Amino acid sequence: MDDSSQTARRVVMGFGDAANLPDDDELPTESMPLNMGPSHPAMHGTVRMVLEVEGEKIRSADVQIGFLHRCFEKEAENATWTQIFPYTDRLNYVSPMLCNVGYALAVEKLLDIDRKIPARAQFIRVIVGEISRITDHLTCLAASAMELAAFTVFFYLMKAREWLWELLEEVSGARLTHSYVRIGGVVADLTDDFCPKLRDVLRRCRAAIADADKLLTGNRIFRDRMDGIAIITRDDAIGWGLTGPVGRSAGLDYDVRKDHPYLVYDRFDFDVPVGSKGDNFDRYAVRLEEMRQSMRILEQAMDLLPAGPVLINDARVALPPKREVYNTIESMIAHFKLIMDGIVVPPGEIYSFTEGGNGELGFYIVSDGTGQPWKCRVRPPCFAHTAVLNKVLPGLFIADVVPTFGMINMIGGECDR
Amino acid sequence: MAKIILDRLAQQFVAGEILETGSQHGNEWARVAPAHWRAVAQFLRDDAVAALNMFIDLTCVDRLGRTPRFDVVMHLYSVDKKHRVRLLAGLPEDDSSIDSLVALWPGANWFEREAFDLYGVHFVGHPDLRRILMYPEFVGHPLRKDFPKEGRQPLLRRLPGSVD
Repeated sequence: MDDSSQTARRVVMGFGDAANLPDDDELPTESMPLNMGPSHPAMHGTVRMVLEVEGEKIRSADVQIGFLHRCFEKEAENATWTQIFPYTDRLNYVSPMLCNVGYALAVEKLLDIDRKIPARAQFIRVIVGEISRITDHLTCLAASAMELAAFTVFFYLMKAREWLWELLEEVSGARLTHSYVRIGGVVADLTDDFCPKLRDVLRRCRAAIADADKLLTGNRIFRDRMDGIAIITRDDAIGWGLTGPVGRSAGLDYDVRKDHPYLVYDRFDFDVPVGSKGDNFDRYAVRLEEMRQSMRILEQAMDLLPAGPVLINDARVALPPKREVYNTIESMIAHFKLIMDGIVVPPGEIYSFTEGGNGELGFYIVSDGTGQPWKCRVRPPCFAHTAVLNKVLPGLFIADVVPTFGMINMIGGECDR
Repeated sequence: MAKIILDRLAQQFVAGEILETGSQHGNEWARVAPAHWRAVAQFLRDDAVAALNMFIDLTCVDRLGRTPRFDVVMHLYSVDKKHRVRLLAGLPEDDSSIDSLVALWPGANWFEREAFDLYGVHFVGHPDLRRILMYPEFVGHPLRKDFPKEGRQPLLRRLPGSVD
């Protein structure tokens, strides 16, 4: 073996003579277990990883979840259909609106009113949903950038996220746990100057995202940690059930908004970015582009936003207006029945799926015809994404865990429910 | 919705492997005899017409009072044909075990662990059937309908080999 081929195999270190370092194979190492988490400064979310490492190299990984399990399903089985909305807020808590919408659509299909939702309510759901998608991706990219020491980017993106959350707070009254969507529509109309404010926020968000793009995409330190790390293939995505940005970055061209349009998504012109390599950088790039596409959708939705009611006029599901509750006996009784007994959903089963912040957010609901669901299962996209870590981590270095975990974007509330 | 998948199943399985099929709210579903769970799933994955190659979801439903008591429920999706199907298999309370599908879809691993953890369904041939959301010392399967909603369980370390 000549000298040049040997040096080519070795990592060039900052100090000393790389050529004099012993080979990886020659270095005597003993494997040892390394425990990361459940609470680790570089891991957002409580997750425990038991790694078997040889030196810096990971030989096997056992990712353990469940630290944020709050019995979503058990609670849902003991709540009325309307009372479940606050629980859905706490699934993916960086994009609660998308969980609200996904759950509402599932129940509406069971009630057979999904085609009767007022047009304005559908547009509002798209608008608040796409704002939530942007906040979801902003959180993911900001946290990951911070973990890779790009603290400036963290502040730029968090600031942008706050502008968007201020708008959602304005329409729903809550910064994070909105509970804004109702079965049959949304609880209240947008505020009067919502659209001009949103246009202004989008302009500023574009600038913030462009800044982050410039700071990260061409940044050598960032690229070295992201390029070619934790490659997921298209076949992996299909076999492991990976959807959303993680699936698309692996080349799986599947977006529920495009392939199975719901609400009014078929009326908007937007692109679905797809990756080619399936590495960490592709997952970053796909999310960056998706935010820009969401802004396109938002601008079109604001242009097309029709006037009209925001809640279905159906006494079986919608609370009557307060004015009538206080003045007519029929409305008062209807209000009482809807609050005490809940909406009565006919017996049946539904699997309804939407594009959540992380991928296909499915609700599999079984109704036995009473005021409470018999079963309310949520198919969390990042449950599947976190599972694939067991496959992609072996072979990487310990330092690669942080960007890989960041780009998988596990949201504890959604993964553990 | 075209009933391509259900027709294909009826064509292929004539010896009682498929117990019942139907369609509701645009979802097509087929009830499979539990002994043929894996064979039916493998056929749907490899068949060129159905092409249900993508694993989406697997869970369980406790229909307390009905025989068989449990339903294992799986959702599959076809990336190329853009259609999907729900497969159900009824499992009795005293023998709630069914073939694992981890060999067909690696993604089934965690979903089967979750169904085992929360409902106590056993997946035969699963490489690593441990609890996933609850802690190892937990006793019982909390999503069963006869498991009380309220209550506390102290976290006790049990001796290895003790029954849970």
